[in-house]
Amino acid sequence: MSLNNSELAVLLDKARRGDLRATGKLLTIMEDPYRLPPEFFDMVASQAGRAHVIGVTGIPGAGKSTLISRLIPELRRRGARVAVIAIDPTSPISGGALLGDRLRMQDHAMDPGVFIRSVSTRGLKGGLSLAALSMIELFDALGYEKILVETVGVGQAEVDIMSAAHTILVVTMPGVGDDVQALKAGVMEIGDIYVLNKSDLPDAQKAYEYLSFALDKGELGSYDSGWTPKLFKVSAVMGQGMAELADAIDEHASYIRSIGLARLKVASRRLTLIRLMSERMLTVAVEEEFKRVKAELEAKALKAKGILAEASEVARRACKNLDNLPPT
Amino acid sequence: MSSPQYIEERPFKVIVAKIGLDGHDRGAKVIARALKDAGFEVVYTGIRQTPEQVARAAVEEDADVIGISILSGAHIHHIQRLMEKLKEMGADDIPVVVGGTIPVIDVDKLKELGVKDVFLPGESLRRITDVIRTLAEERRRKVRLL
Ligand SMILES: Nc1nc2c(ncn2[C@@H]2O[C@H](COP(=O)(O)OP(=O)(O)OP(=O)(O)O)[C@@H](O)[C@H]2O)c(=O)[nH]1
Ligand SMILES: [Mg+2]
Repeated sequence: MSLNNSELAVLLDKARRGDLRATGKLLTIMEDPYRLPPEFFDMVASQAGRAHVIGVTGIPGAGKSTLISRLIPELRRRGARVAVIAIDPTSPISGGALLGDRLRMQDHAMDPGVFIRSVSTRGLKGGLSLAALSMIELFDALGYEKILVETVGVGQAEVDIMSAAHTILVVTMPGVGDDVQALKAGVMEIGDIYVLNKSDLPDAQKAYEYLSFALDKGELGSYDSGWTPKLFKVSAVMGQGMAELADAIDEHASYIRSIGLARLKVASRRLTLIRLMSERMLTVAVEEEFKRVKAELEAKALKAKGILAEASEVARRACKNLDNLPPT
Repeated sequence: MSSPQYIEERPFKVIVAKIGLDGHDRGAKVIARALKDAGFEVVYTGIRQTPEQVARAAVEEDADVIGISILSGAHIHHIQRLMEKLKEMGADDIPVVVGGTIPVIDVDKLKELGVKDVFLPGESLRRITDVIRTLAEERRRKVRLL
């Protein structure tokens, strides 16, 4: 049973006209786009493609959420509508999840031009990255010009998410910066802009010098696009350095637009969506087929007979079941 | 029409917020932790929240339940504002529960405002999570796209 296409279209229209409740509901629907009417996904995507997607990553506690909350008014002042997707990589094993990023992003309640949504790893069968990319597509379609995505910089999901960002901010703080390990977690080479936050703390200058040195030597940052990575020293709690940082973010946006990379990024985000959705479809098909034959296979499993053969049989039948999906 | 895909499989999402000027949030934090342990997705928005902020958070997060902790005296006024705000945003289908040091005589007043349940000091965490789960389940069954 699928969602009703015309109902969804009405909801999308409401959201486009500024109904925040409709936007909140649509985000829930987009979290797992697997069973959406295909035309609806295209309807959303066809209205998207203009937003500037900004990945904000870095070690836990570096101040990403606080920084975002201070960047929001700066970006608003420049006329952009701002959406935030705060991804909380809380342990998927134990019970539920406690999503805390929002605690630091409180000041927008009176401003209809800001929308903040938390996403947790839990309960998302399609995976975190599928949810995040799909939600980016929606925010983009709704006319949010700046979409900030907060993640902790580890793991495959984060790699997929960050690969969809036009601009990547890597946030770090004093006391860890002189240890290359601290930045290693896969973020050494991906940043367009490095942010040394908490520069109000005692060790800030030392950390800044270390990072400048690494940057000058080309050990830090992404050079693939021809952009020279930048480094900023800020204090999110004091609100220091935000204007300069927002300028750099906009400068990077203009740069990637000028070389045509902005559009390529949108295309690559949709390619990733196609890959993730097909993975999701296959996973569901395999689960269903496996559930169907599980009891029969038990004897074989005990006798250690035909284990690989059965696996490929399950896979083959799962794909066949996919063939029998109603044509779209 | 309610839509199966919309209600399937997701854990329940609850906003836990502390409204009012006082800075203590031990109670709210204990509830937040208990809900997390009971399998909920808890969006904790912390202390000194205004009714506007709570309503906005609930709408943006598409919450299933809103849990408010209140210690200061102005609970009736705050909850009234919250209910108005939710209604204004088309979100008055999200059930609201309130906990804190609330004079017994105000419990009925809160319920008249539309609060689904009121938890007084000493309430067991078990009952609080059970009530919130029941309310979340009910809402999921009734939820409409439009
Ligand atoms: N001294 C100082 N503390 C800061 C600054 N920015 C953030 N903090 C504090 O650092 C702690 C973590 O801040 P968050 O914004 O939650 O950090 P985060 O990177 O989003 O954390 P996770 O989402 O848990 O990975 C909080 O206690 C903040 O108050 C800053 O500029 N200076
Ligand atoms: Mg955070």
